[in-house]
Amino acid sequence: MSLLSRIANVFRGRAMSREIDEEFDSHIADAIEQGRDPAEVRRAFGSPLQLREASRDLRLLPWLDSLRADSVFAFRRLLKTKATSAAAILSLALAMGACTSAFRLIDALLLRPLPVAAPERLHAVAFEGIGANRQSMVYDSCSYPMFERMRAAVKDQAESIAVSYAERIDLTYGSGQEIERAYRQFVSGWMFSSFGLKPAAGRLFTADDDVTPGAHPVVVLSHDYWTRRFAADPQAIGRTLRIGDGVYQIVGVAESGFTGTETGTVTDVFVPMMMKSPRTLASFTNFWLRTLVQFKPGAAVEPVHERLRATFRTIQEERATTFTGISKQQMDRFFKEKLLLEPAAAGRSNLQREYRRFLLALGILVTLVLLIACANLANLMTAQAAARSREMALRVSIGAGRLRLVQLVLVESFWLVLLATVIGGVFAWRSAPFIVGMISSPENPARLTLPADWRVLGFALALALGVTFLFGLAPALRASSVKPVLALKGGEDPHSRRRLMHALVVLQIAFCFVVHFVAGLFIASFDSLSNQPTGFSAARILNLETVTQRPQPAVFWDQVLEHLRTLPGVETAALTTWPLMSGESSVGSVAVNGAPPSETMTDTLSVSPGWFDAMRIPLLAGREFNAGDANPAVAIVNEAFARQFFDGANPIGKSYDNGRGSVRIVGFVRDARSRDDLRLPIRPIAYLPFHAPQPMARGTFVVRTSTANPLALASILRQEVLRARSEFRVSNIRTQQEINRSKTIRERLLAMLAMFFAAVALLLAAIGLYGVLDYSVLQRRREIGIRMAIGAQAVDIARRLTAEIFLMVLAGAIAGLALGEASVRYIETLLFQVRPSSFGTIAIPLLVILTTALLAALPAVLRAVRIDPVTMLRAD
Amino acid sequence: MEEQNTDVIQGTLDMLILKTLSLEPMHGFGIARRIEQISRGVFKVNPGSLLTALQRLERGGWLDAEWTTTENSRRAKVYKLTRAGKKQLDSQTADWSRRASAIARLLKAEG
Repeated sequence: MSLLSRIANVFRGRAMSREIDEEFDSHIADAIEQGRDPAEVRRAFGSPLQLREASRDLRLLPWLDSLRADSVFAFRRLLKTKATSAAAILSLALAMGACTSAFRLIDALLLRPLPVAAPERLHAVAFEGIGANRQSMVYDSCSYPMFERMRAAVKDQAESIAVSYAERIDLTYGSGQEIERAYRQFVSGWMFSSFGLKPAAGRLFTADDDVTPGAHPVVVLSHDYWTRRFAADPQAIGRTLRIGDGVYQIVGVAESGFTGTETGTVTDVFVPMMMKSPRTLASFTNFWLRTLVQFKPGAAVEPVHERLRATFRTIQEERATTFTGISKQQMDRFFKEKLLLEPAAAGRSNLQREYRRFLLALGILVTLVLLIACANLANLMTAQAAARSREMALRVSIGAGRLRLVQLVLVESFWLVLLATVIGGVFAWRSAPFIVGMISSPENPARLTLPADWRVLGFALALALGVTFLFGLAPALRASSVKPVLALKGGEDPHSRRRLMHALVVLQIAFCFVVHFVAGLFIASFDSLSNQPTGFSAARILNLETVTQRPQPAVFWDQVLEHLRTLPGVETAALTTWPLMSGESSVGSVAVNGAPPSETMTDTLSVSPGWFDAMRIPLLAGREFNAGDANPAVAIVNEAFARQFFDGANPIGKSYDNGRGSVRIVGFVRDARSRDDLRLPIRPIAYLPFHAPQPMARGTFVVRTSTANPLALASILRQEVLRARSEFRVSNIRTQQEINRSKTIRERLLAMLAMFFAAVALLLAAIGLYGVLDYSVLQRRREIGIRMAIGAQAVDIARRLTAEIFLMVLAGAIAGLALGEASVRYIETLLFQVRPSSFGTIAIPLLVILTTALLAALPAVLRAVRIDPVTMLRAD
Repeated sequence: MEEQNTDVIQGTLDMLILKTLSLEPMHGFGIARRIEQISRGVFKVNPGSLLTALQRLERGGWLDAEWTTTENSRRAKVYKLTRAGKKQLDSQTADWSRRASAIARLLKAEG
């Protein structure tokens, strides 16, 4: 009989019993036929039941059968206490689902290796320097000449690959004038072969596609883009597309699954490095690419790192000779920069940098919630085990082994976990993409591949088993160590269980406190961050980012602007290079009074007349730009500029040197935020006239609408721009409020999720506390009855119980506070202007938890007070 | 333990069943009867042990069982030896004769 049929037999118990009986009967009939006496035969055969049992064990796997029997029994028990089981399963499902989705996000962004050959041999070059604010900062951009030097230096031990950041660009197909947006990444021609990738169609780049600047107008599409844009049509190969003023031919499609090296962004179009503008390629100061280093098999990390460091040092020294008028501190800082070589098996992206801490914090929060849920279940199982001690004692008395009892209780726990895993899985299925949807903003969509593969399944399974043992093992061991004589007499030590349960409640409260404490910090951070003054009014502002195929002279831009101003619904309109806080910026050097250029660079932004009015940035002194002003003769500066360069004095009439000539300051305005990092102070800005001698290919029309919802005008304005001058195309329309909001996405999401988990944690802890107290009153009702009988008042009983709860909450809160303060270090970078040890951040969670605890305790206390000593003492 | 001396020697029941079945396929009670007959009543097989022994041998893959209808149109399970069962019988027989002859030698030497 094969193992398989024995396994199968486990699940057809009844049919098998019938078979055995039938066989047994046939033997007896056989014997009787041979002329033996029926009674004698039956006696000779022995007990049919015993025979059946023995035969059963031979025909199946006894351990599997016992497991099956236990599962069936455990499931019936779960059904018997439907409400409790449902609550337990749901709370566990929520916690486990949250854990699984956090894992999915962490895995997709930080852990999952790129689908390339030997991802573990892939490293990325980064640089650690000291920023202007004296904090160490890491950046990972290089210039192309730097990359070439580094590549040559380690050529025999590793292949270096240059990849640009994936950026969103406008492109058009063939003669179609419809502008589409796609993600473009410049990559070294030898990237695909180094990664061992195969074309899904056509061909991929080779080193020959990356030789001469400007001479390789070819692109490779990602499989994802090919499927989305062309429905995987092989005819797409050979088509041409236009990016800027270049025309490219599609030569192939990359292997499916490979979406570029920027984890979190799905690259659509790969372009050879050499197609970047020749000026940028040759520039030593334009830092625009990442250097990936792929070690040859067997090559050691350290020697390569050493060589790269030496090369970087030489480059730094050469660059330093070209510096003029630079301060000694700046020079020191420059030379303190260090080259790092970091493993990049999971790719490299800014999203990873930005969200690593976020995901860590999220992971910790969900783990704490899971632990709280586990403590709840452990308490539930302990209480149930207490109620079942007689049943267990009976089982031991009639010969059940300890292991069998442990198995029985663990199987019950596993049922809970299994059901919770299924429900939690559905939850995780939905919630991980939801979070990715939240962190992606229209101008910077985050796209993560979130497959539910063996990694996620494995995690869920490991989690389920871990959780089962975490909350099931202690109650199981307790249940199995029952002393039959004591339990059957009903005289077990009633306090032993309670001690374990109280310890678990303290633990729950400690974790709950941590969750609340951290949530409070995140909420306060988000609050102060979103209340950071911007210095301008974002209400009703619509930004029309506009491009032209060929650069257009300023007068044409003015014509479009004039046309927009005449439209109904438009209150004011102005022109600038890009919206405020869009993340784009340009900087210029400033020298005053013939001194060398200052250490601090100033932001520069070109604006048309009327822009300050449209943005509601008040003029403090001097005048606005007028139609006659032209770049770069005059400038309007902000307060930070005056503070930085003129000690806060009124700068009107003064002038500064921008390295190319003298600029006269004609206006002085209040500070307004130009950069997108709300955590930094507002920078010095020099506003320059939009009118410049050379034609421009891009600009942004800033429109303040008179209607409350500016987006209502979006499609009309888009057409009107085209109507005013047919060369002008609006490539992107965003409200200013949307831009501002997008700068606090991470903080808002963190605050929201933290608040949600804090509520869940509180609910779970309250349920746990309620259950434990209720159970403990039930256990102590005889003691309370006696106390009351000998004269204790209801108040005394209530006081005793409340003091107990208060002590538990206090112990939990102190432990939680210690944990919380210790964890602040790891989430510091996520916080903004909050003091982790201030009164409010500690008192509020404490108060919330204490109130909840008292509310949760109320039913138990009432029950205790209502105990009637007479009935209680008479009972059993 | 029974007083009579008709017990099958411990550990030999499997071999006896296999041997009996190697002669021809048989149903359960037939096996017991055949053992009794051939041993001329020295061994009487307990039907209960026979039944579990048959299950054990079937699980080991040494027997094949099949339900058939007897001439009295009664359903009976007929067992027959498999190839593996044949091998098992050979090795058990060899083992038994080795041990039996050893015991015989020992007894002779003493007696």
